[in-house]
This record gives sequence, C-alpha cells and structure tokens, in this order.
Amino acid sequence: MKTVRIIPRLDIKGPNLVKGIHLEGLRVLGKPSDFAKYYYEHGADELMFMDVVASLYDRNSLHDIISETAKSIFIPITVGGGIRSLQDINTMLRAGADKIAINTAAIKNPLFIKEASEEFGSSTIVITIEAIKDLDGKYYAFTDNGREQTGIEVIDWAKKAEQLGCGELVITSVDNEGTGSGFDLELIRAVANSVSIPVIAHGGAGTKRHVEELLDSEIVDAVSLASVLHYDTIKNLTSNWENSTEGNIDFILSGRSFSKFAPFNLISLKEHLHSKEIYCR
Amino acid sequence: MDKKVVIIDYGLGNLYSIAQACNHVGFSPVITSNKEEIINADSVILPGVGAFKIAMNHLLELDLVPVIRDFAKSGKPLMGICLGMQLLFDESEEFGMNKGLGLIPGVIKRFPEKVNDKKMKIPHIGWNRLINAGCNWANTPLREISEMEFMYFVHSYYAEPLIQSDILTYTNYQEFKYCSSVQNENIFGFQFHPEKSGETGLSIYKYFLDRKS
Repeated sequence: MKTVRIIPRLDIKGPNLVKGIHLEGLRVLGKPSDFAKYYYEHGADELMFMDVVASLYDRNSLHDIISETAKSIFIPITVGGGIRSLQDINTMLRAGADKIAINTAAIKNPLFIKEASEEFGSSTIVITIEAIKDLDGKYYAFTDNGREQTGIEVIDWAKKAEQLGCGELVITSVDNEGTGSGFDLELIRAVANSVSIPVIAHGGAGTKRHVEELLDSEIVDAVSLASVLHYDTIKNLTSNWENSTEGNIDFILSGRSFSKFAPFNLISLKEHLHSKEIYCR
Repeated sequence: MDKKVVIIDYGLGNLYSIAQACNHVGFSPVITSNKEEIINADSVILPGVGAFKIAMNHLLELDLVPVIRDFAKSGKPLMGICLGMQLLFDESEEFGMNKGLGLIPGVIKRFPEKVNDKKMKIPHIGWNRLINAGCNWANTPLREISEMEFMYFVHSYYAEPLIQSDILTYTNYQEFKYCSSVQNENIFGFQFHPEKSGETGLSIYKYFLDRKS
C-alpha cells in the first residue's frame, strides 16, 4: 500500500505568512508560527517554508522562524528561498530544517545541486521548478517567483536535476498557482514520468476534489497546498495583527471570502481521500 | 541526577532536530565529538544523514570508532538513527563495499530497482508503517507504539541483519519488505526518523533515554 504526503506550504515575506496569485500580488495572512502549529496539530505530513522574496532582495528572514518552529514541531521541515551556498544550507539545517529547496541558485549553477547533495545527502536537497507554459505549448522553467524566464525546458531540467543528485522535485504550475482552478495534470504527469525520484505537485488546488484527482491518478505521491488550507485556517486562528510590521494586511482585515476556493482543513481532506481509498498517515 | 545524553557530532545528520526531540521529552543532550564525553555518557545517540562511506570516514578521522565500540560494550544504551542505524552494521554496499562499526551482524544494501516488475521510487521518502517482527516491544523504546503505526522514512539503502532475532520491525515499501528497526541487547537502530514522526515518534526518544541498559 502506498501512502501519499500532504504538505502545507507557507510562503514567507519578512515576518509574515503571505499568499499571492501566480506567485505575485502577495497579501499578508498572518503569523507563520501560528499556521505551522495548526497544521502540525491537524496531521500535516511535512511543512514547506519558502521565503518568496529572498532571491529578489538577497535576504533571508526565515532563519528565526525556522529555529522557533523546530522547537515544537516534529515533522520534516523543508526550507527554501534565497539559498545560494553550501553555507546557506548548513545554516538552515542547523536552524532545524531537514530539507533544503533550491531553484534560482541551481539554475545559475547546476553543479551546485551535485555539490550540495554530495555534502548533505541527496534526500536533503529538493529542487523546485517554477513552470510556465509558453505559446509554443512547451513548459519552461522560471526563477524569482515566475518572473525570470530561463529558456530551459522543464522536462530537461527535471532530468538534469535528478542526474545531479537531488532527492525530490517540487513542480509548481505558476499558471495555476493561487487560482484554485485545479492542478496542471499534463505538466505534473510529464515531469513525474521523466524522473524516478519523488515529485511533489504544487499550484492550483481549490477543492478536495482537485487533490483527489491528482493523487488518484497515481502520478505523484505528494502534494503541496497553500491557499486552499490557509483560507480555512485563517478563520480558525485568532492572531495578533499588531505585530505585523510590513506588507498589505487590508486583505485579512476585510474578511473577504474566496470565490474560486472551497477551503478545507487537513483532517477533512485526509478523511475524504481515505474514503476514496487514497491512503495517508 | 540528570542523565547525561550525548548526540555524536561527526559533521553529518540532523543533530538539531534530534536535540529538540530529546529536550521535548525532558532531557538536555550534549552535541559533541569529544571521546571522554561519549564514553562517560549514560546514553548515546548516533545520528546520520547522507552517504555511508563519507560518514565512516568522518568517524575514522575523528577517531570515534573505538569509542563507539567501547561504549556499546559498556552495556549502556546506544541508538542509531537512519544512516546512524546503518553504521552499526558490518558493512555497506553503498559506493563499493565499506566497513561499518560491526556492532550488529549484517549488511546494508540498496533497494532493488524493480519489485514484481514495478519500478521502485528511490529514495523512499514519506510515512510508512511498522510491522512487528514477532517480538515483544514492551521492553524496547517502541513500547508505546501500536502495531502498524506510521513513521517518517528517508533512505535509499536498507539493513539486512544476519540474525533474525535482532529484527524489531519490518516495513513494506512498494511491496518490498525490509528491516526497519533492530535491537542487539543495549544497541538499537531505527531506519526511520522518530524525531520527525510526530508525538508518537517522540515516545521512542522518551523510552530510549529512560533506559539504563
């Protein structure tokens, strides 16, 4: 029997959990530690933290958030965003991360994947691929939250990353990300079929049915969810917004709803999947 | 008196997660590669993430192999986690044959490429179940764990113990059944990461650190 992994993804900007659409237009949702704890207590299989502005501004504010989180959360933690050197990786591992996600730095220097996986073990190194479908129908890898076109085809890059020793791939459909319109199954299938390492699908989940479709097809055995969980969580958390020092918090204060999404919590998602004979922890 | 818990620091492994797990169950571990501290500890944890050969080389360079063997002989509890479990065995076929610590008879092998004609996904990453190998867990760190409990795994190689009675649990990955934890008297090895397996995983640390032998 195969078990799938459900991985909440927390996009971080400064001290805040944020969420955008197509990786852009970031809105503040709350305190990362509150959401992380909530997901841990509701049966998350792993957590993924991404500093979404780190490669843009050459900074990384995640360190403190991770070292705080790792004290009370005992599931695997993947950290990414602005990781550029073996030293950066070491710093994050020492803060309590278990796996390190790399995109931009690996595109700039693919041998970084080899160095990193030899130094820290393949299973520690996760490559994230931001994919956008071009007019020619092919998928290309982007960096800096879908802003910079690399001209590298996603499938070629996935195979190369595997060869260079990374242990897992996160494939993000930038086109679908944050929209709640469902996963890009064509993209995810193409990537998963081209490699033999585990692939984590990300970008597009708006309903339980979307997650079910993805996992039922047995293309991947892990899925990363953000908006669709956060929009449920936010209703159940009473956070302290006064601490928010940067970012646009109008959205949270407005209490608006999310038309395309049918948000859910992890427990109800797992119950739903189980009823469809898709098994998780 | 506070128990002295040592996590061996040889440059590899998720030392900090393991330290947090120890803290959480009420122990304050020391992360060290100091021989005196290791041999005088009440219990020792050998972590490990990465490649077998590199790990053994680090232990050899730090001259820690004799100390770990002496500690094991002392009868005090020793626990290997993930690669740390694999290092307890005689040898590994990872990147050619490499000698291990030789504390538990057996070898470390790579998962087969295919099982029943189906390609295996390697590394094995994710939550998987513990199957009782036919022994009583009551007197082991697994005492609070229920049969078929989920634990978190990350590995490409697995242990094949020579002595059947050393096997505490099996795990099934893509229809391939392998040994996922071992015990040889005071020496324990867990292929999964109890420190990453939620509250149930933490109970393994609690009962291991509570032991006297």
